[in-house]
Amino acid sequence: MSAVLFFLAAIGAIAGAIGVVMLRNPFYGVLSLASHLVCLAGLFLLLRAEFVAFVQVVVYAGAVMVLYVFVVAYVGGGQQQPSGAVLRILGPLFAIGLAVELCVAMLGSALEGIHGKGAGYIPGFGSPAHIGKLLLTKYLFPFEAASIVLLIAAVGAVVLARRRRGLEDGTEAEAEEFRIRTPHPAYIGTMAEGAGVRPSGGDDPFLPEVETVSDAAPRGGW
Amino acid sequence: MAIGWYLAVAAIVFCVGAGGVLARRNPLTILLCLELMLNGANLALIAFARMWGGEDGQVFALVVMVVAAAEVTVGLGLIVALYRRRLPVDVDELSELHG
Repeated sequence: MSAVLFFLAAIGAIAGAIGVVMLRNPFYGVLSLASHLVCLAGLFLLLRAEFVAFVQVVVYAGAVMVLYVFVVAYVGGGQQQPSGAVLRILGPLFAIGLAVELCVAMLGSALEGIHGKGAGYIPGFGSPAHIGKLLLTKYLFPFEAASIVLLIAAVGAVVLARRRRGLEDGTEAEAEEFRIRTPHPAYIGTMAEGAGVRPSGGDDPFLPEVETVSDAAPRGGW
Repeated sequence: MAIGWYLAVAAIVFCVGAGGVLARRNPLTILLCLELMLNGANLALIAFARMWGGEDGQVFALVVMVVAAAEVTVGLGLIVALYRRRLPVDVDELSELHG
């Protein structure tokens, strides 16, 4: 049973990886990567890494992929140009060479353990309780460093992607002017209304007519 | 399944990602291929954690995920900035820093 699950998940993971590289449209590439991540989470479960598999599905295949989808939708993907002639041949050759080298290293490895099914493990191996205990005791410093890295990355992304002066069609001065001229609805509790002052600019189409007692002349239609 | 099978899958995923980084020109696809490489490394880490019966490798995989998330955030911010400046979203065209 575990062999069947392994091959299903492994084939799914490798197919997803090849799809990311081969598909021309980046949007399909993102979807392919999401399926790859879910299959990889299955492999993690087979390796008794419950918490990592959970994080993989929720954070990676969930949050990070949504970020990708939004950026692809914003940028628009565009037409994928074929890469330069040299790298188009050299890239796959390098990948195949790397794969051969890794396989040679694995086959020639003196590690006895890779031919077995793994060492014995205690109950609750890889559960959130165990991982959380490790994160807050033995690996407290990497945990805090990771949180700082995330904070810096979030600030950096905001700084990189913010609007800059002079790069857009509309400058910031125009935006400021637009903001001032933007009409606001009547009866929102401004101080002028509280004092009974009719909002200036009676011809403003956004402001409704303010009715007063003297103004309550009979109108037609009733 | 023997641990070696998981390591083989990790190696294949890593190599596919490495080939993609070299062969593609769209920065979005290159970021996706970088994710593939990090995931291959993650799978190897977790396979070795299972082999030794320790959980330290899983903690390390979690840290790798954090680094990957940070890299994605900054990379996508750069791509959005490129798009805002109406520069071509193509790594071969972006050679201003080329000496």
